[in-house]
Amino acid sequence: MSLLLPLLVFLPLIFAGVLRLPLGLWRCRASTWKVSLGVAAATGLIALLLAATFDYGDAEIQMRGSIPWIPSLGLSFSYGLDAVSLWLVLVSAVVLLPVVVLASWGEKLQVGASEEQPGDFAAFLSWVFVLGAALMGVFVAQDAILFYAFFELTLIPAVFLIARFGGPERVRAAMTYFFFAFTGSVFTLAGLLYVGWVSAEANGVWSFEFDALYAAAATMSPTQQGWLLAALLAGFLVKTPMFPLHTWLPAAHEQAPSAGSVDVAALVLKIGPFGILKLAIPLAPVAAVNFAPVIGALACVGVVYAALCAWVQRDAKKLIAYSSISHMGFCLLGLFAFDAGGIGANGAIFYMLAHGLATGGLILCVGIVFDRFGTRDLTRLGGLASVAPGLAFFFVLFAMTSVGLPGLNGFVGEFLTMLGTFQSPTGVLGPAYAAVAATGVVLAAIYLLHLTAKIVWSAPGNALSGPEHTTEILKTKGKLQRREFAMLAPLALGCVLLGVFPQLILGPIEQPVAGYVADATAIANDVEPALANTPIPDSSPPLVAASAE
Amino acid sequence: MEVLLQKITTLWPEITLLLGAISCLVTGLHPSRAARNLTPWVAALSMGVASLLVAFVPEPTAHPLGYDGLSAYIELAVLGVGLLLLAVAAGLPDVVKQHRRSEPAADRGRFEPADALKGEFYAFFLLSITGCLMTAGASDLVWLFLALELVSLPTYVMIATTRDSSLAQESAIKYFFLGAMSAAMFLYGFALIYGATGFTDFANISATVQMQGVTPMMTVGLVLAVLGLCFKVAAVPMHVYAADVYEGAATPVTAFLAFVPKVAGFVALMIVLGLVGWPLPKAVVTLLAVIAVLTMTLGNLLAVVQTSLKRMLAYSSIAQSGYLMLGLIAGPAAVAAATSGMAIGNGLAAILFYLPAYGLATVAAFAVVAALRTNKDADAEVETYDDLAGLAKRQPVLCGVLLIAALSLVGLPPLAGFAGKVMLGGSIAQSGIQPLSALLLFALVLNSAISAAYYLRLGLTPFFGGDAETTHPRGVPLRFVAASLAAVGVVVMGLVLGSPIATAAHDVTKHAGQVPVEAVAAAALSSE
Repeated sequence: MSLLLPLLVFLPLIFAGVLRLPLGLWRCRASTWKVSLGVAAATGLIALLLAATFDYGDAEIQMRGSIPWIPSLGLSFSYGLDAVSLWLVLVSAVVLLPVVVLASWGEKLQVGASEEQPGDFAAFLSWVFVLGAALMGVFVAQDAILFYAFFELTLIPAVFLIARFGGPERVRAAMTYFFFAFTGSVFTLAGLLYVGWVSAEANGVWSFEFDALYAAAATMSPTQQGWLLAALLAGFLVKTPMFPLHTWLPAAHEQAPSAGSVDVAALVLKIGPFGILKLAIPLAPVAAVNFAPVIGALACVGVVYAALCAWVQRDAKKLIAYSSISHMGFCLLGLFAFDAGGIGANGAIFYMLAHGLATGGLILCVGIVFDRFGTRDLTRLGGLASVAPGLAFFFVLFAMTSVGLPGLNGFVGEFLTMLGTFQSPTGVLGPAYAAVAATGVVLAAIYLLHLTAKIVWSAPGNALSGPEHTTEILKTKGKLQRREFAMLAPLALGCVLLGVFPQLILGPIEQPVAGYVADATAIANDVEPALANTPIPDSSPPLVAASAE
Repeated sequence: MEVLLQKITTLWPEITLLLGAISCLVTGLHPSRAARNLTPWVAALSMGVASLLVAFVPEPTAHPLGYDGLSAYIELAVLGVGLLLLAVAAGLPDVVKQHRRSEPAADRGRFEPADALKGEFYAFFLLSITGCLMTAGASDLVWLFLALELVSLPTYVMIATTRDSSLAQESAIKYFFLGAMSAAMFLYGFALIYGATGFTDFANISATVQMQGVTPMMTVGLVLAVLGLCFKVAAVPMHVYAADVYEGAATPVTAFLAFVPKVAGFVALMIVLGLVGWPLPKAVVTLLAVIAVLTMTLGNLLAVVQTSLKRMLAYSSIAQSGYLMLGLIAGPAAVAAATSGMAIGNGLAAILFYLPAYGLATVAAFAVVAALRTNKDADAEVETYDDLAGLAKRQPVLCGVLLIAALSLVGLPPLAGFAGKVMLGGSIAQSGIQPLSALLLFALVLNSAISAAYYLRLGLTPFFGGDAETTHPRGVPLRFVAASLAAVGVVVMGLVLGSPIATAAHDVTKHAGQVPVEAVAAAALSSE
């Protein structure tokens, strides 16, 4: 069974390669699309199989396996899955990948000034699949260098999706994205090599397996940990993104084709917090606690600043981009709260998943609006509720999820991260941070309702009025196609389901998450300071595997 | 005499290349056109045979500096990349005016040997490679010096004769004079090393150094030798020639310059520093660290602002030398890691791994540039990024090759350059010379980030730039093949062959600087 995980990564990757074969196979747009849908569904099925065979009571890394890559450098394709990874894989493979492929059909791909050529669609889809594979790789990697390799591999497809198929400023946006992300992540690599060396010193063998690194990191002094944390966060915080490293995101979102920006918003952003949980916090727990106030302060500034920016945007997609930055601030607050119950970190992971579904849905809705009415300018739209009730329904639902309406999944994440922040021990975060973040919730309500009001309810803007736009024509234009319904419905279902039954995720991830933040939480709460010196506390099941091997 | 004979038996690949060079001169100057056209094939054949012979060379006696198997490793690496270089360079003399004038005359029965270029180009090509291989086989300072000169001397001629442009002559002259100066410099260094120890053979020098420690004269000798060798690898402060020379030479020759002398230079540096062993004397470490940081930073910053592709690749090659310098500072693995048999942590293994990885990517990039022409200026070579813009639509394979090469040079996984950078970074992290090693690691990653700016531009302009439509490939199919093979090599080396190559590199270097006890005793005897 353990071959399911490599299959999950390599099936999309191999299919991406097949899509680029110069055989003339992929000249027909419809058949390309159907085959791709099939492969996306197969990937989802693999993920479901994983979920079915996963032992939810067991907090250890499961379905481990290892394929040698460069053994003499200590590099291997080691994979495994815990509940956190499983949920990220499930949401990515079962929901988002098929949805993105569904959405791709509606893309009017322009390459430069020329119209879409046969084969461009296959190229677009192949980059989507490469990105999907790279993300699965990030989620299942159990070797730090492999993790880094997939982390970097997400860059190339994202750059191609934006720079080849995006809007007028696409190349600039893609390059900005690449330079931000690459510059940050080379420091992450340096940090990983450094821990690798510390581990080699201790064990006499170079290994980048997470377990070995966790064990080695416990021997590091607070100063060493401080530098390590800085290096690791350089890569992760750019991806998250945290204020003031966020400037690439609005441009990338605005320029990306909507299927591409769903990928970026819903998936690529997630590997930042995931890396923080998986690497930065367990490897440098002392430093993470020491620097939590700084990161918390920046996250708070980000929450408020990005919310204010979102408020004044005229471009709906840019507004959503800023809302992402604001929302990811909550995620960071939760991760660095280190409250005794681990509520913050659990909330952060939940929030990541919730944000992926809701923001993905919003971007797709805006994409449909753009497709029908040719603009994303808020001042030119309006009155969608009367002409496109179906679309308006989904739009309002996703907006409400993002706002954090109780009963939908955004609320759970927002509530838990803020609760965690509030309960955070003194000297780490605390009520003050929670208070500032709470203004972000209010602001989110303002800018998202502003967005919804402008697009859905207010009087029709000039893109929808005028003699050529009779109600009849508008209604035909606004009617939701079956394909569009099929891509929005799973996202909406996810939002509601996780809103009503958050325990579906929160239950299984509680123990693994507690394991990752155990050291840092113990240090922050001053419980048994001796814990700081024990690399593998008994309460942290994922780490126990290390000592068992 | 017996020692000499023994040495000769280890030199079969070099001897084959030498015979190949002579055969090239014969066929290249032959009155029959068919024989002349055979010349590149003769060169290829002799390189192929030489690389096969590597397997049959008897196991050499222990290397005096602990580099057991260094020459076999370098022979395979250089001959492998060298065959690709030959494929890029094949046909180069045919387009020179002198040749095009002389051929019709020769067909009419008036063959003028003085006008024929083929013989000398391929012969010099082989001779330079022979020099590179002999550098790795050196066991004596005099031998090392002669081998290094054998690398450089043919390249001066190769630059000057293969392009109908005064630029080529200019760069040959520049390269020649600066090369002569650098040769004088490292020869002076070698002389001081001899003065400090009284020996020219490595075993005795090394044993003497072990006994009497590193004397000031020895340090000065090392410093001069390092500075002189910096010319070969195009490192600061001896890098100034690179951009002009690379730009002036014909592109296939530039590719040659970017790889062969660099390998020879780094092998020579490994040997010269191996004379004192690791950890190196403080002065030398400081010198190397300053050189490394300046080289990578200056190279990258200047590469960013270039608009000419060849100048950019020249500065890129300078920057890459800066990264490689880190491996010299780190040295072989600390004892604990050496016994575990893992290549990571060994700086010299990192150099040996990085060199072919860099070579493949660089050859791929230059092969693509060499295979393209632009209509703008009467079928001239492509010069700027703009010439590449939008090419991907018409030449997806070539542009894919260029992208892979650029991504490997920037160090993106899973390509060969990434594994190389992991090795270099890992070795500098473990070198234990705090806080210098942390600073050097920082310099490495910061420079990688800077380098992304121009490598990405190189790799992505063909895909996203507006369409120039003036650029087209010109039918040198071998260059396509060479470019594609090099790109495949970069991928394979990163994904599949990384481990065996890294292990081989580690096995060659893990005992570096550890002089056998008998040698020390022998030196003690002879000095009494």
